[in-house]
Amino acid sequence: MRISYREAMRQALREAMANDARVFLMGEDVGRYGGSYAVSKGLLEEFGPERIRDTPLSELGFVGAGVGAALGGLRPIVEVMTVNFSLLALDQIVNSASLLRHMSGGQCSVPLVLRMATGAGRQLAAQHSHSLENWYAHIPGIRVLAPATVADARGMLAPALADPDPVVIFEHAQLYNLEGELADDWRCDIARAAVRRPGTQASVFAYGGCLPKALQAADELAAAGIDVEVVDLRVLRPLDIDTIAASVRRTHRALVVDEGWRSGSLAAEVIARIVETCFYDLDAPPARVCSEEVPIPYAKHLEDAALPQPAKIVAAVKELLNV
Amino acid sequence: MTRERKPAVGVQAPPPCKSKPAQAKHSPVAAPAKRTRKDRAAVAAAAPETPPLELRLLADMLRIRRMEEKCAELYGAGKIRGFLHLYIGEEACATGTMHALAAEDSVVATYREHGHALLRGVSMDAIMAEMFGKAAGCSRGRGGSMHLFDVSRRFYGGNAIVGGGLPLAVGLALADMLQGVRRVTACVFGEGAMAEGAFHESMNLAALWQLPVLFCCENNLYAMGTALARSESQTDLCAKAASYKVATFRADGMDVRAVFDTVSRAAQQVRAGGGPAFVELQTYRFRAHSMFDPDLYRDKAEIEQWKQRGPIHSFSGQLKAEGLLTEELFLAFDAAAAAEVAAATDFAEQAPWEPVADLLKDVHTPAGADEGGAR
Ligand SMILES: Cc1ncc(C[n+]2csc(CCOP(=O)(O)OP(=O)(O)O)c2C)c(N)n1
Ligand SMILES: [Mg+2]
Repeated sequence: MRISYREAMRQALREAMANDARVFLMGEDVGRYGGSYAVSKGLLEEFGPERIRDTPLSELGFVGAGVGAALGGLRPIVEVMTVNFSLLALDQIVNSASLLRHMSGGQCSVPLVLRMATGAGRQLAAQHSHSLENWYAHIPGIRVLAPATVADARGMLAPALADPDPVVIFEHAQLYNLEGELADDWRCDIARAAVRRPGTQASVFAYGGCLPKALQAADELAAAGIDVEVVDLRVLRPLDIDTIAASVRRTHRALVVDEGWRSGSLAAEVIARIVETCFYDLDAPPARVCSEEVPIPYAKHLEDAALPQPAKIVAAVKELLNV
Repeated sequence: MTRERKPAVGVQAPPPCKSKPAQAKHSPVAAPAKRTRKDRAAVAAAAPETPPLELRLLADMLRIRRMEEKCAELYGAGKIRGFLHLYIGEEACATGTMHALAAEDSVVATYREHGHALLRGVSMDAIMAEMFGKAAGCSRGRGGSMHLFDVSRRFYGGNAIVGGGLPLAVGLALADMLQGVRRVTACVFGEGAMAEGAFHESMNLAALWQLPVLFCCENNLYAMGTALARSESQTDLCAKAASYKVATFRADGMDVRAVFDTVSRAAQQVRAGGGPAFVELQTYRFRAHSMFDPDLYRDKAEIEQWKQRGPIHSFSGQLKAEGLLTEELFLAFDAAAAAEVAAATDFAEQAPWEPVADLLKDVHTPAGADEGGAR
């Protein structure tokens, strides 16, 4: 069945709501408006305003209320419009959700799912184009997911809800219109990265909005006779180092593509893990393609230049292979 | 070749444990340790079978006072470390409030929560052990004085982020409403929190959704060194709260009966489905903000003036005047409190440390583990 990423997400939400009365969705404009990215369109009519709960503009308040509702026995799915606005809720994520279990000596879990759109590429300028997945991936106590395919958009929510601890799901805003064939088995193991394209000469690691770019680059490289493997990190915390290392051991070269800024990026962490784990398997220093260290500009040509692009990935792979 | 580096945890030596880890006798009602025969006779003679509410309020204020005094002493001795925020002077607030709540209610508190935890039924042993950082502490020594938890008593913690507990209380109440559970979630915070965005967002959400949250502001006039008038354009806290269409109540926080009566009325209204309520308790802390605070921002005369209205002193005077209390009975309550504190201190002293091997335990919920919370 051909389906959009947005529709896959909606199916996942509908299924979760239908299967478990403890599940509810809350966030700004998730109900009447249908979701700022139209993900929850139609769900208000289906499930009513108690369970498809519009909130005021109070990111700190309603994310914290999601934490409290999780403590109180529910399975909240809290949608924050975008990662940019999640900064107003960071306190409740970092100072409550992630640490309550440990700080209370294991007395309570926080089974909260936090969804948010992320990323640049739509000329929304600096305040609406952040990629801060690595900030969240830094925090012990939470799991961070980045679905980049329609299958993962369909399959990640159920295991995220089954996880007794907080899970943050990053949906790259450029992916909502992505269409793809949804295989019959879209179930997802949210502990594992996924090899999206096997290859032999180099491993390209990417996640979220950069996955389609990495796959496009791999196509272009194939046309030039270069065979690369593309691995979708998809679980940003905890990183699936086994899958990452296994790929490096096959190809002996690693490139990480990350829409975050280079300094202190998730790419830096992935490379550190590779170096720690399989340094002697490497035939070349690992490399990365990240965003330029600049607030993401509005003008299209400047924005394009700031972000990872297939051409940059192609060039980086060629450099890695010295060709 | 592959080289895996071992994680660097687990190599540290455990903190020194002076006394032998012993199987300390742990009783929920702390056993009076070194009480003399004379004391016991006095209690037996003086204490009625079920003391009237007034006497229980007094006894509980004394328990908090003696516990806090001991904490200050233990801090000086290096047994308790970190931040320690004492409640001395404010005992009427927690005592009146906790007595006004029902056992099934939820409580979310701040870092100045030792008294609230105690009167919620967390044993003094478990509180003191937590202060010491011991595994027998009510948060396994991971929280310390600012993070006392007991989910089995629906005590959702000491929260050390000013205003951090308010959204949690909103969420707990939302969960109750959606699950059809009739119960009050009481959220205790200082007046300093009312300048935080979290206060405004939480008041708005609770009022908008008519959630059963009881917002209890303990207004001790200072947020660390910042006096109320130096931080709020509107110093009438009830007026601030009322702007969210929340019912407001105000009580003298130095008068335990007034606190009990006022919070009881407010809680009743919340429990009856009247939406959230806001209570301002006007109080004062006799000690510095924390053990690090040299307390240079207040007039000594101001502190002395408030001490004249000390909640234990004034309430026991009232009860004596009303013929409900004798000096013997007062001394018996005080001795019982001191004995409970002594036993709790012994317990904490002797309790074992959490093994360092358990450092990473409970970062995540292990498969099949109890998730806690309201099931
Ligand atoms: C968000 C935040 N900002 C600052 C602090 C540092 N701090 C700890 S307690 C405190 C004062 C709070 O005063 P109030 O809310 O009136 O409570 P009180 O200590 O008087 O009981 C401050 C500023 C903090 N813990 N959290
Ligand atoms: Mg204060």
